[in-house]
Parts: sequence; C-alpha cells; structure tokens
Amino acid sequence: MKPILEVKHMDMDFGGLRAIDDLDLSIQAGEIAALIGPNGAGKTTFFNCITGIYKPSSGDVLISRDQTKQERINGLKPNIVTRKGLARTFQNIRLFESMTVLENVMIGCHPVTRTGVLGAIFRGSAARAEEKFIVDKSYAILEKIGLDNYVNELATSLPYGAQRRLEIARALATDPFLLLLDEPAAGMNPRETKALDELILKIRDEENISILLIEHDMKLVMSLSDNIHVVDYGKKIGEGSPEDIRNNPAVIKAYLGEEIDA
Amino acid sequence: MTRAKDEIKKSTLTALWFMFLTFPILVIRVNTVENEIEWRWLNMAGIGIGTFFLSMLWRYMIRRQEMGTKTDKHDQLSLVQRLLLNRKLFFSVAACAVVFTLAFPHMFSMYQTSIMISALIYVMLGLGLNIVIGLAGLLDLGYVAFFAVGAYSYALLNLHYGLVFWIALPLGGLLALIFGVLFGYPVLRLRGDYLAIVTLGFGEIIRLVLENWNAFSFGPSGIADIPKPPFFGIDLSLTGTTIYIFYIIVALVIFTIFVINRLHNSRIGRAWIALKDDEIACQAMGIDKAKTKLRAFGLGAMWAGMGGVVFAAKTSFINPASFTIWESVIILCTVVLGGMGSITGVLCGALLLILLPEYLRAFAEFRMIIFGAVLVLMMVFRPGGMIENVRQTYHFKKSPDAAPVDS
Repeated sequence: MKPILEVKHMDMDFGGLRAIDDLDLSIQAGEIAALIGPNGAGKTTFFNCITGIYKPSSGDVLISRDQTKQERINGLKPNIVTRKGLARTFQNIRLFESMTVLENVMIGCHPVTRTGVLGAIFRGSAARAEEKFIVDKSYAILEKIGLDNYVNELATSLPYGAQRRLEIARALATDPFLLLLDEPAAGMNPRETKALDELILKIRDEENISILLIEHDMKLVMSLSDNIHVVDYGKKIGEGSPEDIRNNPAVIKAYLGEEIDA
Repeated sequence: MTRAKDEIKKSTLTALWFMFLTFPILVIRVNTVENEIEWRWLNMAGIGIGTFFLSMLWRYMIRRQEMGTKTDKHDQLSLVQRLLLNRKLFFSVAACAVVFTLAFPHMFSMYQTSIMISALIYVMLGLGLNIVIGLAGLLDLGYVAFFAVGAYSYALLNLHYGLVFWIALPLGGLLALIFGVLFGYPVLRLRGDYLAIVTLGFGEIIRLVLENWNAFSFGPSGIADIPKPPFFGIDLSLTGTTIYIFYIIVALVIFTIFVINRLHNSRIGRAWIALKDDEIACQAMGIDKAKTKLRAFGLGAMWAGMGGVVFAAKTSFINPASFTIWESVIILCTVVLGGMGSITGVLCGALLLILLPEYLRAFAEFRMIIFGAVLVLMMVFRPGGMIENVRQTYHFKKSPDAAPVDS
C-alpha cells in the first residue's frame, strides 16, 4: 500500500530565506496526522506548497487516491489540486462573505459538477438535475456538520466556531480524500474545540477521509492524532505517536528552549 | 440633551466655516462702475442659516443610518426587495411594467420614445457590466470599448458587405465577446485598482484606434447612413422605425435579463461571486480562476456589443466621440447606483441616470453637481446601491433524525 500523500525532500525558498528545508512527510490512508511547530516554522507554507498556492523550489509531492499509483502534483494550480482530491481550510477564515451558508457549500461542489454557460442559460434536464444534486449534497453536508439551522444565513453572520466548521463543510463538498486543516481550533472555546474533535473523528470514520491538521492546541493534537510531525525553521525535528513526541528532547527544546549549563 | 447641544454646536461651527469660505465670493463685490465695494451681508446670513439646517439634517440622517444597521436584518429589506421576494406580487408588477412598456411608444411622443431607446441601451450596457463588476468583482473602466466594437462591427460590415441588422446583431455580440476574452487574457493576474487602470487604457486604445485609423474606421468623421433594421422588406416611416427599434431593444433587454438571471443563480454565477469574495478560497474550491474571469469578461462584453449594434442602427451615424471614457463612467455609475449584482437595481439605476438628465434639461448647468452629490449621498446612506441584491433562499424538509428548527 502506498501512502496517500508522500512529500520527499521538499524545499521552499523565498529569495534567500529557506522556509522549508528538505522536508519529508507521508500520510497513510485513514490516518489523522498533525503538523506542529512554533510560530513561523513553515507549517502554513508547507500547506501552500502542497495545495499549489506556492510551487516548491525542489522535491516531490506525490498523491495516490487509490493507494497504488502515485501522481506528482508539484506546481499544479490550486484548483487542479483540489480536483485531484486535496481540500483545505484556511488559518484566517476565508468564507465567501456575500453568500449564504448553503451557497458557500454549493461552491465546494464546483469541481464535481460540470454545467457550463449554455447549460446554465437553457437549464435543460441535465443542468436542473445537477443543480438539485448540488443543493441536496450541500444540505446533507451541512446536516452532518451540524450547521443545517443556518442554511440561508449569510456566512459572515455565523458565530466564529460555526464559521470554522463551515470552512470544513465547504472543503468536504469537493469530495476530497485528504483534508488539510490549518489551525481549525484557533479562537474556539473549549466546548467548541471538543465538538471539533468529535467532528474530525467523524469525518475520518464515516467519510473515510484522511486528515492532516496544523494546530497549536496541544490537547486537541494529542487526543486526535495517530501521527505527529514537528517542524522548526522549516526542518523536520521529530515524528511519531503523541507519546513519542511528548518525550522527544528535540521537540521539547524547540518549544521550551534549552537549559543553559551554569 | 447634551447630545442635542453638541449637535447644535457642531452645526454652528460648520455654518461659521461655510460663511468664512464663501465670504470673498458671496459677500464682497467690487462695483467697478462706481468704484466702490458692496458688502452683501444678507448673503452671508443666508449661507449661515442654510448651512446650519443642512448640517443638522445631515447629522440626523447619519444617526438614523447608524441606528438602522443595528436593527434586525429582515426589517432592513427595502420595499422593493420584499416585492422581489413575493412571487405573486412580483409577477403582477412585472406584468404591469410589460404592458406599460408595450404601450409606451403609442402613448408618448417620438421624442420620448427615442430617449427611452437610449435609456434601454444603457440598461443593457449596465446589465452586461453588472456581470463583470457586480458578480465577478472585476473593476472594468474600459467597458465602452465593447460598445464601440458592436457599433462599428455593424456599421463596417454593413458598409463593406451589406450585412443586415439581424445578422449583425449576433455577430456584433460575438465580436465583442471575442474582444472581451482577448482583453481579459492579459489582465488575468491583475485585480482591483491595477485592473481598473489597465482596462481604462484598453478603452482609450480602442477609441484612439477608431479615431486615427482613417482607412479602417473613417476617423473622427465617422460612418453615416447606417441603415435601420429592416421590417420584413416593408419600408417603415421614421415614426414606424423608431417604434420598431423600441420594441427590438425592449425584447433585447428582456432577453438580457432572462439570461443574466439564469447565469446568476447557477454554478457559473456562483463561481463569479466566489471569485469576487475571495480569489484564493475560490481557487481552493476547485474553481479555475482564469476561465471564470474570461467568462465574465466575454459574457459581459457580449451585451455591450449587441447594445452597440442597436445604437448604430438607432442613430444611423457613429463616430468615436460616442465612445469616450465618460460613457464608461456613466455605465459604471448605473451599476454602482443601482446596486452591484442586482438586476432590478441596475435596471432602475440606468433608467434613472439616463432619463433624469433628459427631463431635467432646465438644470443642465447643475447636472454635474447633482450627479456628484447623488453619488456621494448614495455611498454614505446606501452603499449597496438603490436595490441591493438579495441572495436566493432554499427550504428543506428536515431529515427525521435531525433536530427540529424554525426557518
């Protein structure tokens, strides 16, 4: 079985700054992995490299939906990467603010539908069926995520935690096999975080979607993750189960600093 | 009470300031005949009192505006918006509007009909630009170029190949669409202010080419004797043709509204709005940014092209002076004033902006002042435009296992 995402020797340079330095990472099907590290370690840059917002300076990003054949996706445009089954959320919420909650999710259905300009104008049976499919699918996702009470509300009128969940709902609509969550719990209160914890597990177990998340909330990371990857200054400094990471000296050093011998 | 005192104090200060500002021009007058200075204190008093009351009114309106944003959302929906949401009422009003429009050329003079044709051409232009600006959020300041493409394509194709109106109409639209895509291509990476500047340049390029390429477009002297649309081979009188063109443009406007409404509430239209709201998130949702932008440019330009063909047929004479940057600005204003993304809004905006100056010719000198003032007031009190766009709502039956909720 091949990993569904395999990153090999990835570098990302911004001018003279090496934001990601020879990073390796692989995720198996059905895994919940976490990417942690101090602020500015290059976690979001890593997401941007995988999802096509940046093109990595060197290295390979390989995906494999069926776990048999790997496909290189370096330098593909973000929309193509999404079509291939990698969906993401953003650290600073990026919802479509002039649209309703349902429409936000409907946008997510874009890559799995195909109505064109003529179809939209003539609204033939195929276009109507597809529109119905989009609406039904979006509503089903909102029900699953627990946002079905807000269907016709404007996305920005939702409470903060609900907005984050809506981002996840929107990403789910694109039919991903791997969901990349960039700090999903940021700004959430403990109760919301707990609901998020359950939601992520539910997505993994019921939808069969693997998850890679960036998170600073260690309690959430430790309880959820099967595997944790720690980066600092763009380099990987540790990898393993939550237990391993807790006891890894390099990780402790990166987070807490080093003891100075007197 | 302190609040009222505060308001009065601020308004008094404003009044004093205006009295000071207008002092040199409104109070002092040098009488050159008798070589003496007149002091017109009465003017000053007038300015002071006038400004004071205007300032009070302004403050009151601003306060009401601030209060308004705090109230519930549903109360904020204007009368027209509620009308749009009520299907039964909407259809009866629409039916009345259609009957009125059909009877219009028979009820009013040729002059009125002719003005109405111009206004309806602008409605079409506004609706087209609404795709580009209102839906896709691409600030296009050179939109009139596509209008010119349509007008010139009819004029030139007719001149050289004798093409009739009915063939030129779709062809003009198609040519404008192609131009839209061609112009859209190099500016795919730009947005906001940069896009506005480049499109402004493109608009001017088209106009300058038409003005200077004598061999192609006959330069500033333009093209005359463009035939009116034929009516089954029958020669219509001047009145007859005007009425005929009126019905053609009405049909075209209805067609435009139909198509844009369909596009608006479709996968394509949603992609445009997503693009306007957030480009990065839009791409992360699997939407091809380049394709979506080109679609918006092309489909927006198409209506301008068709409007151009009708314009050429109506005036039977075109020259580059009809396609200046000023026209682009007017079209942009109709969209902004009417309400970005809202079809009814743009319709009303265009009719208002084109018809009012025609009927208020008596105040022609103040046109620019009124125009500017109206825009400023709109931006302060109704930034979303006269009739804001209402999002489509959906209703669902709850799944049995879902918690019940009121909607």
